[in-house]
Amino acid sequence: MKWLANNWDQVLQALGEHIVISFTSLAIAFALSLALGIWSARNERAFRWAMGISGFLYTIPTLAFLALLIPIVGLGKTNAIICMVAFSLMIMIRNVATGIREVPAEVVDAARGMGMRPIEILLKIELPLALPVIVAGVRIATVTVISVAVVAAYVNAGGLGTLIFNGISNDFAPKIWVGALTSCALAVVADLSLASVEGWLRHRAA
Amino acid sequence: MLLVEAWQYIVAHPDRFVAALTTHIALSAGALLIAIAITLPIGVLLAHRRRAALLATTIANVGRTLPSLAVLALVMPILGTGFVPSLFALTLLALPPILINTFTALRQVDPEIIDAARGMGMTATQVMRQVELPIAMPVIFAGIRTAAVQVVSGAVLAAYIGGGGLGDFITAGIAMMALPQLLVGAIPATFLALGTDRLFGHLQKVLTPTGMRER
Repeated sequence: MKWLANNWDQVLQALGEHIVISFTSLAIAFALSLALGIWSARNERAFRWAMGISGFLYTIPTLAFLALLIPIVGLGKTNAIICMVAFSLMIMIRNVATGIREVPAEVVDAARGMGMRPIEILLKIELPLALPVIVAGVRIATVTVISVAVVAAYVNAGGLGTLIFNGISNDFAPKIWVGALTSCALAVVADLSLASVEGWLRHRAA
Repeated sequence: MLLVEAWQYIVAHPDRFVAALTTHIALSAGALLIAIAITLPIGVLLAHRRRAALLATTIANVGRTLPSLAVLALVMPILGTGFVPSLFALTLLALPPILINTFTALRQVDPEIIDAARGMGMTATQVMRQVELPIAMPVIFAGIRTAAVQVVSGAVLAAYIGGGGLGDFITAGIAMMALPQLLVGAIPATFLALGTDRLFGHLQKVLTPTGMRER
């Protein structure tokens, strides 16, 4: 507690870094997943390939993934962000594709009958109806990315993991507590706030 | 060539590699088995108590969001470093997915099937063992599969709290910027995780009751 009182600026800075790298990765992953997910929703083969490759990436242990990237991109934020994007692709592509596929065919038919162009159907019908499922994917991806970002401190990406690693190497428990509890709190807060967004969207859709 | 150097490292230190691999597998398998032994009975006992199940699911859901490294790091100030604290932390990581899937699976069993079984004169225990659990098994096993992959991945991080395993090569490799050594940890760890996923995926299919298999 005393350590926290004296070093809260350091904790806030780490928290800030953590949020920045997490959200940068999420934004990149979301853009990629949206494109790949929309394509996969219409093409069974694309879906199987996308799931196969992103599922493979998802299974690689975090630290091993970061380590494997070191010979290629070295240490630092780039390494961490590539790793975090790779981890969130599977979850988000799956949910974008499933969300769009679950839109009832009659609804799409009706829209087509009204003379909507495919792009209009996508933007005005399919994506809005798929939104709750897409947000559910973003939610799981966010929690995953926050968790990966803790480990990413080991490849000099900054963030809350830095506090944990410093605490471990200096055998200084308060730093470990603050780093670990803050990252847990961040994950829980992110999860709960996205859960309420998801709940609200589902409620509105129903 | 890095891969060749990594291979040479393994050939030069076979005992070190085998020891790390064994520890890694022991940590993962141990944590998974303990987690199954704790979670399955809780799941079965609480399955028909709605409020208790809801409470347990909520706790498990929060537990699932906790970063793996944070859990391992939090165990250290309390239990210290080494194999046992790592095993404890990894067990904690394996609990939520199995618990959540056990509850979900048991709740999804069609009430009419349970009614029919009861109507045939089965006791509650018989219904659970002969009807509900077999039907729920594929989903329960999906949870075990998730937990298994998570534990194998988490065990890489156990190196930080002195738990040993393949993560040792990675941390040493990063500390000394010795790329071959880093790969000695990272590549086998990757294959171990992928292999675990495949293995449990296969077991999941085998354990699905014949009548429920997709044709």
